[in-house]
Amino acid sequence: MKMKKLAAMALAGTLAAAPAMAELVIPDLSYRTGPYAAGGTPFSDGYQDYFNLLNARDGGIGGEPIRIVECETGYNTEKGVECYESTKGEGALIYQPLSTGITYQIIPKATVDEIPIHTMGYGRTSAANGEVFNWVFNYPANYWDAASVMVNYLLEENGGDLSGKKIALIYHNSAYGKEPIRTLEELSAMHGFELSQLAVDHPGQEQKSQWLQIRRERPDYVLMWGWGVMNQVAVQEASNIGFPMENFIGNWWAGAEHDVTPAGAGADGYKSLNMNRIDANLPVFDEIRTLVHEAGNAAGDGSNVGSVLYTRGMYAAMLAAEAIAKAQEIHGVSDVTAAMVRDGMANLEITEARMAELGMSQIGPEFSVSCENHGGSGLGIVQQWNAADAQWVALTDYIAPDDSVIDPLIAEDSAAFAAENNIEPGCL
Amino acid sequence: MLYREAGDFKTSYVADNQTFPLKLDRIGFWVTMAVAWLVIPFVINDYWASSLLVPFLIYAIAAIGLNILTGYCGQVSLGTGGFMAVGAYACYKLMTSFPDVNIMIHIVLAGGITAVVGAAFGLPSLRIKGFYLAVATLAAQFFLVWLFNKVSWFYNYSASGQISAPERLVAGVAVTGPSTPAWAQYLICLFFVTVCAIIARNLTRGTIGRSWMAIRDMDIAAEIIGVNPLKAKLTAFAVSSFFVGIAGALFFAVYLGAVEVGEAFGIQKSFLVLFMIIIGGLGSIFGSFAGAAFLVLLPVALKWLGVDVMGWPTDLVAHFQLVIVGALIMFFLIKEPHGLAQLWRLTKEKLRLWPFPH
Repeated sequence: MKMKKLAAMALAGTLAAAPAMAELVIPDLSYRTGPYAAGGTPFSDGYQDYFNLLNARDGGIGGEPIRIVECETGYNTEKGVECYESTKGEGALIYQPLSTGITYQIIPKATVDEIPIHTMGYGRTSAANGEVFNWVFNYPANYWDAASVMVNYLLEENGGDLSGKKIALIYHNSAYGKEPIRTLEELSAMHGFELSQLAVDHPGQEQKSQWLQIRRERPDYVLMWGWGVMNQVAVQEASNIGFPMENFIGNWWAGAEHDVTPAGAGADGYKSLNMNRIDANLPVFDEIRTLVHEAGNAAGDGSNVGSVLYTRGMYAAMLAAEAIAKAQEIHGVSDVTAAMVRDGMANLEITEARMAELGMSQIGPEFSVSCENHGGSGLGIVQQWNAADAQWVALTDYIAPDDSVIDPLIAEDSAAFAAENNIEPGCL
Repeated sequence: MLYREAGDFKTSYVADNQTFPLKLDRIGFWVTMAVAWLVIPFVINDYWASSLLVPFLIYAIAAIGLNILTGYCGQVSLGTGGFMAVGAYACYKLMTSFPDVNIMIHIVLAGGITAVVGAAFGLPSLRIKGFYLAVATLAAQFFLVWLFNKVSWFYNYSASGQISAPERLVAGVAVTGPSTPAWAQYLICLFFVTVCAIIARNLTRGTIGRSWMAIRDMDIAAEIIGVNPLKAKLTAFAVSSFFVGIAGALFFAVYLGAVEVGEAFGIQKSFLVLFMIIIGGLGSIFGSFAGAAFLVLLPVALKWLGVDVMGWPTDLVAHFQLVIVGALIMFFLIKEPHGLAQLWRLTKEKLRLWPFPH
């Protein structure tokens, strides 16, 4: 296999009489095993399929072929570190670990190694402050945006007044689940709702006591920060205790098809956020089916095309590819380095025209990244599960978060990180 | 022929009592030390350090600690993960509260704090034995993880509940934090492993070790011949937790740099270290190293073989890894219940007789 590849490369080199072909190396720290595989698999399929599509259709990005290096992390931080260390030497251009725990782990390492990380809607929220986190990007939105979007949505539903309402947060007892608490506390003081917090331990299969408490306290709304098997169990438990599903809102990692289908009709009406639109009829999916799947290059079994997390994985790959293209444009070379990709990310601009051109019109909001702001627009939509038709229906247009609450929190948290690590904030 | 006592004369009690009575063993030991201290630091890179050698060394300390408690003193413990967490959080609090004090001192102090906590959780061992004690230590595991999750003072009120190690220097070289060179990371772990192993080896050969083993073999008989069970059991818990605490502190500060208690120090960690000493060999320092090496290196080797050499899908390899490691554990428990250390012991005995087995 390797010999063949080498021979092919040598042949191509002599035929084209060009310098040895460089590759754009994209590591995919995926997890297709363990309690979080249900979410990790479709995301990784979408991520890889899009890069394979670029290889098949355009010969890579800017003429440079893409090589994906997959590494199984099992959502485990120790394995994540091992994957990071084993892939970075191959010339990795950008990391997308899809795990808040692993993100925290590799932020300092990648900063020293000068490899950019894109943590799309997860990871360390204060990385939105690009002057402190030069190498970390979390556009198009982050957890604190999500918390604020949820509260803004509820405000809208309640005529702008949440005072006296009881809101419970059920969260994965990890760095991931704890992220929104600070923002929600701030918002609860601001809008006068009462916030109660219910932690669910890894992996999240055991939630009886939490839902018993919800049944006793009867909160008006339940918000959820869940992932993996925790989501399915929570939706099932909510339906078991007869909690009104339309008052149960998950974040964007708790709103995929596999989270709600096990509860059957009981899940009908469950709401969740989304940072990208879902439209199974996007032209890009047809291209993936014909150019990637029919050519036998599907990353998984090919069954996930068009699902929520597949779409998001593909969206993440698109953002990465656009950043690489931007980097090629800025530096005028096609064989970019990790540092150049960082420049591409810091100057990324996503417009509707470009998304339509790529066959994924309206998939995400329009946004632009700058050296100071790595967080993007922070917009989110609210979607609702329709169990009869087995599909997610978008209820709203993009809702904006309350930046007046989030910006000071980001400034505070990133300043604390900068002080802890002796970082002088500034643009690179 | 080569591996035997003949010709190796001992002329003093000190010489007669040494750890390695055979000359070849001594040479082997010093060669290993020379390679570990003088060769590996110059050739090590990031991947070898953080994927293989550093975790191996840290787990070896934890395994030595648990082996003292379970292998030498016969007290089954499922609280290793919790005690490692105590070491890690103690180290974190010390590092952030006293940034000017050397990190080496903090790591030792973290071990000391863990020893106190471990001895406290060892108190029930005076009344309960066997499986019941295992359940009591299981309570320690869950309580400690819950505590470090619940009380935000332990993680300095950070929003995510994670602790992350700031940069600390030893002799002008960073040993924690992201800019740590691979060799420094390796050497600090190697230093603690060497010291811990020497201490453990000598403790187990002396009075305390003998009283532990007396308690393990038959506690009533030990009590009758004058071994104080309170002292023996509590020292076993304290010494064991001291080592486990050092392992936890290194695991957090040097190896991972940032941890989340539920994930890094959960019940799986307790089982992992327990498997290490069972596979390696109960009541053997060498067994602790062998077990740690087996369970750290095997998954990485299988992954390398499956993904990089054979080119199989990563999920398939991850599943195979579980199957193979599980099957090997069963194989060892059936074929060699005394672990890798016993295989080594048998090999040595055979070597002594070679080439005339009768």
